[in-house]
Amino acid sequence: MEILMILTIGVLFTVATYLILSKSLLRVIIGVVVISHGAHLLLLTLSGLQQGAPPLLGEEASAYSDPLPQALILTAIVIGFGITAFMLVLAYRTYKEHKTDNFDELRGTEDE
Amino acid sequence: MNNLVILPILIPLLVGIILIFFKNSKHIQRVASIIATSSMLVISSYMTYIVYTDGIQTIELGAWPAPFGIVLVADLLSSSLVTLSALLSIVCLIFAFQTFSAEREKNYFHPFFLFLMVGVNGSFLTGDLFNLFVFFEVMLIASFILISMGSKRYQLRESLKYVIINTVSSMFFITAIAYLYGVTGTLNMADLSQKVAELEQTGVVSVIAVIFLFVFGTKSAIFPLYYWLPHSYFAPPAAIAALFGGLLTKVGVYTILRTYTLIFPHDPLVFQILLILGGLTMFIGVLGAVSQFDFKRILAVHIVSQVGYMIMGIGIFTPLAIAGTFYFLVHNIIVKSALFLYAGIAEKITGTSHLKQMSGLLKTHPYVGWLFFITAFSLAGIPPLSGFFGKFALVVAGLEAGHYFIIAVSLITGVLTLFSMLKIFMTSFWGEVKAPDPDAKNKKVGNLLVTTLPLVALTIILGVAAEPFIHFSLELAEQLMDPSDYINSVLKE
Repeated sequence: MEILMILTIGVLFTVATYLILSKSLLRVIIGVVVISHGAHLLLLTLSGLQQGAPPLLGEEASAYSDPLPQALILTAIVIGFGITAFMLVLAYRTYKEHKTDNFDELRGTEDE
Repeated sequence: MNNLVILPILIPLLVGIILIFFKNSKHIQRVASIIATSSMLVISSYMTYIVYTDGIQTIELGAWPAPFGIVLVADLLSSSLVTLSALLSIVCLIFAFQTFSAEREKNYFHPFFLFLMVGVNGSFLTGDLFNLFVFFEVMLIASFILISMGSKRYQLRESLKYVIINTVSSMFFITAIAYLYGVTGTLNMADLSQKVAELEQTGVVSVIAVIFLFVFGTKSAIFPLYYWLPHSYFAPPAAIAALFGGLLTKVGVYTILRTYTLIFPHDPLVFQILLILGGLTMFIGVLGAVSQFDFKRILAVHIVSQVGYMIMGIGIFTPLAIAGTFYFLVHNIIVKSALFLYAGIAEKITGTSHLKQMSGLLKTHPYVGWLFFITAFSLAGIPPLSGFFGKFALVVAGLEAGHYFIIAVSLITGVLTLFSMLKIFMTSFWGEVKAPDPDAKNKKVGNLLVTTLPLVALTIILGVAAEPFIHFSLELAEQLMDPSDYINSVLKE
């Protein structure tokens, strides 16, 4: 299972890197979203996949899964949602003002 | 347990939430945010006093014991930085009242200003790495909104890049936390300090330390990760730029200082990297500043150069160097914001921030000119002012540790800093009166100047009466270099 997870994370990071390095605004934002999913999966995998009984249901199991990573990921996902929503709005306003979604044309010039 | 520690986070959070409901009332918003920031100042100075006399104060949130729950820790470093950020926020708020349009204040400026303070104070006070990430995000989202507020063409373009670069580095923050949790099984910084010290695989720890360096380096704009800073700090109006230039990058420096003294102090390779990066950051930053011809842009690029000094101090890693880093950090927070405020004043007088289009401000507004002169000299490190003593401590520490080359680089950087500051002074304040705005002579800026006076007074006091502050910094450095106090007060062993 770990191998599969690690491969998935690798694919996600690769895709995200490719998207972030592209020129289109929307692709870059999708890249940021994908890289955040990769990071969350990494947090889940590295802290150990299921190792025993679910926590907090009883005291008789010999081993329990660690509940902390799930709490961390939940927090991180919520933060990620907020930032994604803000980025999309900002990108939309930028597109409206500059009439382009190409990062080459959004390059800064001194006299403005 | 001391409930005082959570108040600098709680007060701006609650007031900020309440202020969302008073969107249209300018007076309620102004009075409430001033009360919130000044009570932050009172509480945090009292907290610093208590930490100085009674030792490190902690609070366990929800009464969960330390390695399992989240703790907030106030040691000398964090409590004094919270005090300073509260002072800076009051100054910037009063400056903002006089310069901002009513429309901007109605569009939730005050709530987001206070949420920014929640993030900054939280990052200083937290004792848990994941909680640090959360407070970083609170700070970043508020800063995204403050930096793009106003929606000019330039602002939209540059804040977009700022948002994307910072979000990507936040994702690497989660990645680094994942690795660290996988290796040690804890995220409490005091607990990490012990567990990492006992760890035998030093290679893994070095990798994690370097990923953290990448993350915090992006936030604090060290070489080669500073690209986003000059453009995006040029975009917002002066009051916000002053707060950002003074505080936000320094939060990154604070986290580097905290993590490398507490969690990763065992790896000499990382400190070598820090030294090299510090040298490159200050030299390339100051070269960028020399090449610019715009008031605000010179100051923005200068932030990069000044961060280099602090990184160099952390890289040298002796008690004196850490004390010098702290002194320089405090000095830089004060002086950088004051300079940004003067840039705002000059822009208000002349209607431009480009140096070639204005000159002769000294004749029309002499007080602006001389106050700018004092702060600019303080930034360059001229003796009776605060900049000198921070640099002096760093140079002595570097010579004692035998890092001669980096000291030479820092001295050359100091000369170039002086040159770029004098360039601003000579072109915009000296010479014949020239400004694109014909009414420039009659513009009254006395009220704006009064708001910057506390900062100027502080840089003079820190310089002229340096001895008690140097003692304070040395004590603080002792506390940082020997983390056993921190660990004991968090884990209660």
